[in-house]
Amino acid sequence: MVVGLINANPVIYEKKERRIRQAPETTDENAAEPIDQLEIFDHIRDIKDPEHPYSLEELNVVTEDSIEISDEHSHVRVTFTPTVEHCSMATVIGLCLRVKLMRSLPPRYKVDIRVAPGSHATETAVNKQLNDKERVAAALENPNLLDIVEECLSPTFA
Amino acid sequence: MAMDGGAAELREAHRLTGHTDRVWSLAWNPSPGAGAGPVLASCGGDKAVRIWKRAADGAWRCSDVLEDTHNRTVRSCAWSPDGKLLATASFDSTTAIWEYSGGDFECVATLEGHENEVKSVSWSASGSLLATCSRDKAVWIWEMQPGNEYECVAVLQGHTQDVKMVQWHPNLDVLVSVSYDNSIRVWADDGDDEWHCVQTLTEADNCGHSSTVWALSFNQKGDRMVTCSDDRTLKIWDTSADLSQPKTGDNHESWRHLSTLTGYHGRTVFSAHWSSEDIIASGAGDDVICLFTEDKSSMTEEPSYRLILKKEKAHDMDINCVRWCPQDPNMLASASDDGTVKLWELRGNALD
Repeated sequence: MVVGLINANPVIYEKKERRIRQAPETTDENAAEPIDQLEIFDHIRDIKDPEHPYSLEELNVVTEDSIEISDEHSHVRVTFTPTVEHCSMATVIGLCLRVKLMRSLPPRYKVDIRVAPGSHATETAVNKQLNDKERVAAALENPNLLDIVEECLSPTFA
Repeated sequence: MAMDGGAAELREAHRLTGHTDRVWSLAWNPSPGAGAGPVLASCGGDKAVRIWKRAADGAWRCSDVLEDTHNRTVRSCAWSPDGKLLATASFDSTTAIWEYSGGDFECVATLEGHENEVKSVSWSASGSLLATCSRDKAVWIWEMQPGNEYECVAVLQGHTQDVKMVQWHPNLDVLVSVSYDNSIRVWADDGDDEWHCVQTLTEADNCGHSSTVWALSFNQKGDRMVTCSDDRTLKIWDTSADLSQPKTGDNHESWRHLSTLTGYHGRTVFSAHWSSEDIIASGAGDDVICLFTEDKSSMTEEPSYRLILKKEKAHDMDINCVRWCPQDPNMLASASDDGTVKLWELRGNALD
């Protein structure tokens, strides 16, 4: 079966240089180190696009600036930009982002995932679905969908 | 009652551990039997149901684990009014009926028909009807027949999205469903066993919710209802109009919005429950439990409700369910994504 690609010719962006996170200026080695924007970005930048052999960073779906974090309030919001307005993969990409952060962050974190305002034809519906934890839980019990998510999260990129 | 005049306080009395995934739902047995103490059922993402009982030494222990029947998340559970049957609704699209016999819970029936995840199950006051709802947008009504047979007597279509919860009125054969489509629907039969939607409460027409409605609860009398939502509010409704005998023509009686409780929760409110002492408990995605009661000193004509207690960090993660114990109105159970169930003791003068 030949399936047409949703976006046959995506624009590819340069990967950003990997910065080394600055050690906090503290003399107390046991002090808790707050989680910052770059740390969150490092968790999600290498997630693979569901239909292209590129990372979400290379497709400019996520950038460091698209992450808002308040370590104090244990809250993260990731705003991603689908490559095309009618991208039917938007919910899968959002699901990958949610699963990766669920597995990477301490459980106290509340995570909100949304598409960038104006970047998707069914923005409200996509956002509502991605933030309904019951539907996310049900989706992750679907073996086919879970396979797709695992494939996107598999460490293909160094 | 332990109302000693002090400010209201919610004290963590017991922490029940055993579930290996998030706990979605709780149900107190309304009729645990003569001489028996309170019995609580909990269910969750580990596909299991746990039955909790208080031992002679005051500690709470898990007496039974119901597993290997559902092969996906058990989303909710409900006891029959006589306390002899437990119904469990699962993402595996089935509802199981369990009977306690000879010291064991035995699965005596499996209700099939929904196209996908069953989200909620509720028994009618008489115990003869059972309602289930699903992501397939439908609400089903089942009639209990002799010999553990259940016959589907109605498939109710009307919601345009995932139905999150069904709950029967405490003394009438009136069913309420709440949905991802933001609406609340009220269902009754017309006397000829034909079930109809007799009212729909929406944001546009009835000051209803602006996002997913997750749960509802009636007060004991059934003349008030509370609903809670992803819009971070709780809403109180006047449900004194008897919709169980739908009337035609003019002068429709209807349920109406009384009050909106806003600004108390910072994230989705997943659960609300009305106690026999008229205290409303709410649990939310902000890990907070709030308690509200009617403000009797209010000078306004419409009833108003006030916060009597806000318990921050009641759990380490989202709170999915709060339920008052029917045998002890000062005991509240809560269930969380953190995998625990907590039993809280309400102390102090909450109703002042």
